[in-house]
Amino acid sequence: MNVEAIRKDFPIFEQTINGHPLVYLDSAATSQKPHQVLEVLDHYYREDNANVHRGVHTLGSRATEAYELAREKVARFIHSPSPQQVVFTRGTTESLNMIAYGYARLRLKPGDEIVLTPSEHHSNLIPWQQVARVTGATLKYMPLQPDGRIRLEDAREVITPATKLVAIAQISNVMGTVHPIKELAHLAHRVGAVLVVDGAQGVPHMPTDVQDLDCDFLAFSGHKMCGPTGIGVLYGKASLLEAMEPVYFGGEMIEVVELYDATWKEAPWKFEGGTPIIAGAIGLGAAVDYLESIGLEKIRKHDEQLAQYTLSRLQEVQGLTVYGPALGVERAGLVTFNLGGVHPHDVSTVLDAEGVAIRAGHHCAQPLMKWLGVGSTARASFYLYNNEADVDVLIHALQSAKEFFQHAIG
Amino acid sequence: MQLDDLYRQVIMDHYQHPRNQGILAGDALQVDLRNPSCGDEITLQLQVEDGIVKDVRFHGAGCSISMASASMMTEAIKGKPVAEAMKIAKEFHAMLRGEPEEKEEDDLGDLESLHGVSKFPARIKCAALAWEALEKAVRSRGVEE
Repeated sequence: MNVEAIRKDFPIFEQTINGHPLVYLDSAATSQKPHQVLEVLDHYYREDNANVHRGVHTLGSRATEAYELAREKVARFIHSPSPQQVVFTRGTTESLNMIAYGYARLRLKPGDEIVLTPSEHHSNLIPWQQVARVTGATLKYMPLQPDGRIRLEDAREVITPATKLVAIAQISNVMGTVHPIKELAHLAHRVGAVLVVDGAQGVPHMPTDVQDLDCDFLAFSGHKMCGPTGIGVLYGKASLLEAMEPVYFGGEMIEVVELYDATWKEAPWKFEGGTPIIAGAIGLGAAVDYLESIGLEKIRKHDEQLAQYTLSRLQEVQGLTVYGPALGVERAGLVTFNLGGVHPHDVSTVLDAEGVAIRAGHHCAQPLMKWLGVGSTARASFYLYNNEADVDVLIHALQSAKEFFQHAIG
Repeated sequence: MQLDDLYRQVIMDHYQHPRNQGILAGDALQVDLRNPSCGDEITLQLQVEDGIVKDVRFHGAGCSISMASASMMTEAIKGKPVAEAMKIAKEFHAMLRGEPEEKEEDDLGDLESLHGVSKFPARIKCAALAWEALEKAVRSRGVEE
């Protein structure tokens, strides 16, 4: 993988931040965008802009074709058996809420159980809390190992015949753990439950084959995988999408409308009420092309290598606590840590002064922060445009942060 | 961007040696506030008698800016009428927004050291947390001003 060439695809790196070259280590929050995606967005608005699925004019046809082509690209990218199993949404949060409202809420009842982990992002937690509140179903949690991993023997115990739905992240956005989705799908299906996968951190960073994983639903966002903000995907097995109710009603999603009743189109269009996110979807299609031109397996290895390199270099910084799997254990391309005695906000501000962008806070995972026994943490996350030099700058900046605060505190 | 503009010595002193940190005995007015975007939290207790802030305590977890700001706030409002505490809060917020002081005599003392926060937009919330707790306390319990 030629990172130097890849970096040139991303115009954002042409600037300096506070007098330093930008070292962007916050891709788990959102990724940067290559010119290949920006140009497609620009081209769409300049040349092809029209509403989809209605006009018979030339632009309408072009826009519709481009929009549906994007769906085919995304379907191929995640190995969906058909493009019709790819619903365009605003992002992971909306996809998960659609499953909660259009599927789970209509089926679960008191005594049913929803199984989660304590490390879920709020977007894969609160929709299920709401489902439990409305249906009387119960939330249950798989225990985590100290490094954030789950053990299948624990999962086997928690997933019982009362379980109707299991929801878990493909990759934890804080711990960097890669969860055994295929095995969990098997455990869920054994008791007749559906498996919902939060792919926000997984799909952008590793090959994802929904047929091989055998997951029932998969949710992910375009903006974390070099695509625009405001576009995401809900994948579902065909029979589940057919059984699932739309959440938004209005134009675009209907078949026949009478004064007192209406019928819906089939999936995925019945879920895409209103003018869809046309440019976003086309931009996501371009992002998929871009990532595929590099190769997801290469990206996965690259990200993990950087994370492992970071772990090894962080050992040089005294008083540092690292969360998640230890050095040498499989993990995704992100590292969460705390610099002893210095609050993550303060760390982040000092790093920013050196052009280094990291995330500081609770990472939308408050229950996990509680589990870790901290209020917040700092996180460096990597993507295809990062290199070891970025990590070196991070380590240097962390040393300065430490010195700065030791000096300031006296 | 100058880090020393943000992390002034007096701020670090309040962070290291917080004033009025702890818990008040008796039935003090209490407000718990969190910064939902970062997880910082503060518990502020006020003992108000005859419209005067007789005593004040805080405890919480947060960055140097949020904790130092809380510490400085307790010093600034202790012994003052509630109305004056609210006036200081207003002036402090104006300072964080980078607005010039209205009058020369509006000297905020140690709080002036947090002036630099206005140049760090991402950190304004940190400095404002304790003050929002103060305002919430005054608002919600209908303390006489």
